[in-house]
Amino acid sequence: MNTRAAKAKPKAHVNGANDKQEFLELYRQMCLIRQFEEACGEQYSRGNIRGFLHLYIGQEAIAAGVMRSLRAEDYVVTHYRDHGHALARGLDTNRVMAELFGRATGLSKGKGGSMHIFDAAKGFMGGHAIVGGQLPLAAGLALACQYKGTGGIAVVFFGDGAVNQGVFHETMNLAAIWDLPLLFFLENNLYGMGTAAERTRAGGVDIYPIAGSYGIEAAMIDGMDVLAVREATGEAVKKIRAGEGPKFIEAKTYRFHGHSMADPARYRDHAELDYWLSRDPLKSFPKMMLDRELATAEELAVVRKSADDEVASAVKFSLESPPPAKSELFTDVYA
Amino acid sequence: MPTMTVIEAVRDAMRGEMRRDPRIFIMGEDVGARGGVFLASEGFLQEFGESRVIDTPLAESSIVGIALGAAVNGMRPIAEIQFADFVWPAINQLVGEAARVRYGTGGRKTAPIVVRIPYGGGVRGGLYHSQSPEVIFAHTPGLRVVAPATPYDAKGMLISALRGDDPVVFFEHKRTYRLVRGEVPADAYMEPCDKAEVKRPGTDLSIFAYGLMLHYALEAARLVHEQDGISAEVVDLRSLRPLDTETILDSVRRTSKALVVQEDTPAVSVGSEVAAVIAEHVFFDLDAPVMRVAPPEIPPMPFSPLQEAAFMPSPEKIAAAIRELAAI
Repeated sequence: MNTRAAKAKPKAHVNGANDKQEFLELYRQMCLIRQFEEACGEQYSRGNIRGFLHLYIGQEAIAAGVMRSLRAEDYVVTHYRDHGHALARGLDTNRVMAELFGRATGLSKGKGGSMHIFDAAKGFMGGHAIVGGQLPLAAGLALACQYKGTGGIAVVFFGDGAVNQGVFHETMNLAAIWDLPLLFFLENNLYGMGTAAERTRAGGVDIYPIAGSYGIEAAMIDGMDVLAVREATGEAVKKIRAGEGPKFIEAKTYRFHGHSMADPARYRDHAELDYWLSRDPLKSFPKMMLDRELATAEELAVVRKSADDEVASAVKFSLESPPPAKSELFTDVYA
Repeated sequence: MPTMTVIEAVRDAMRGEMRRDPRIFIMGEDVGARGGVFLASEGFLQEFGESRVIDTPLAESSIVGIALGAAVNGMRPIAEIQFADFVWPAINQLVGEAARVRYGTGGRKTAPIVVRIPYGGGVRGGLYHSQSPEVIFAHTPGLRVVAPATPYDAKGMLISALRGDDPVVFFEHKRTYRLVRGEVPADAYMEPCDKAEVKRPGTDLSIFAYGLMLHYALEAARLVHEQDGISAEVVDLRSLRPLDTETILDSVRRTSKALVVQEDTPAVSVGSEVAAVIAEHVFFDLDAPVMRVAPPEIPPMPFSPLQEAAFMPSPEKIAAAIRELAAI
């Protein structure tokens, strides 16, 4: 059983009532992602979403916590488990859902689907279905930010599976040697599909020490604690913006469901799953707010309701959206 | 005779050969504890143990490269690439290295690896879970490239591949895995890795196809026979390198018309080579231009189900082409 994150120290502190709106917003984003993913699962079982679908349930605190430190001029690049990042980055919920439905109103007009959410206007440069394939792309975005002097940075999300790809090491080396404004954000959910990370990586399940060998400052945090994510990201982003070069954050987390809709996740034992379920940020975070009297149960219920409503209307929007015209098959191929 | 699906035939072939030959082992992403993403190696870890059923990191370049090194050192590895779309990091090890071992050592060393690659669309996989990259390998002298379509061929050709001394890139269409069932002998047998096969004889025209498209072509041939009385011969290419030109040309000499069907985009593809071979050798036997059914020249493949269907050849599209060609 892997309960590695229990050893990570909580880093976040509550700084009084000013945080209330911020905390409610973090909670709203996590609720939105959770509800969105639950709806995806349901729509998949109804046949409205087809193909390969990877739910972010369990990892919400990361997407919600990271995006608070980013600006409009920054870039986000991520992996195929990408709905959460898209929503937290502020992409239109309706159009993300419509993309999953393969409708004309989807962000990529249905050409991309679940694993390939893009919105250039939001600096959201994609979910990527090839494990590790997004890493050099993010470094290139960061290089362009540096070259043009925009002050922007790039954040790249990747999983524990990606760190064994050669391109991960190539990207870390180049990012470090060129001082690129790039945040490597590792979502270590302990499994690459059905294989435990410790079975495929020398040096064990803690991956962040690799960054040190490239001279990149790294931190490990509890990915189930949205405040820890927010704080660590804030610190790293501040240093990156100050020109200190790339930083690396490893967040220990867990997906509550299988790798994809086709995966019953029999390779994990119940005790391990129960442990991580007990650390569900959708439970612990609102509990903390109630305990510290930062919000009332009614206020939290209002937040949940607004997230539920937003997702329900996204499903409705998607169901009512037309499929792409057949002629769209031939568009967007060449300039 | 027992019946099996394609995936069961692949599993059966590997299991039998691994029992027979201790030099054979399998490595790849999730092949062990999970039994493979498509369950090709389900139960192998329990039977053969961790030294022969190796869960690897997500690192395709290493998967193929290490398999290659082991092969040069007397082993007979099976490397599984989880999806064909993930094979690109391994191109250097396959095209750059494995293909040149025998030639580059003056025949002193061989590289008997089998790289199994599930490929193809029609599974709502979108841009990165639907590709058909076989032509990259089919272009490469030194590699053998096969794409069996039936359970019988999958088992027999995989056994041949595992007993041969050349690197074999073994393409398995993932849509056929559980869709196609057929009779498969329980015992081991070898089907050649360099021979096409006439899967349905006919007299009016010849259809050349492989993988899932073979089944669509057979369905189309049945349709046009019932509805239009057209007799279409269907040739399963099976081997993409080398191409079995003898079987291809023999069929065209008899029917005088050729239709090439493929799921890969048509420009500079396996179908291009089939058409070129026909034009070179039996041009004066042709009663009509070579016709092709293939997807449009767009990056494979759009996710939206309607667009995916528009992209993929289908029995109906093939039947329409047959009627057009037969009418010439």
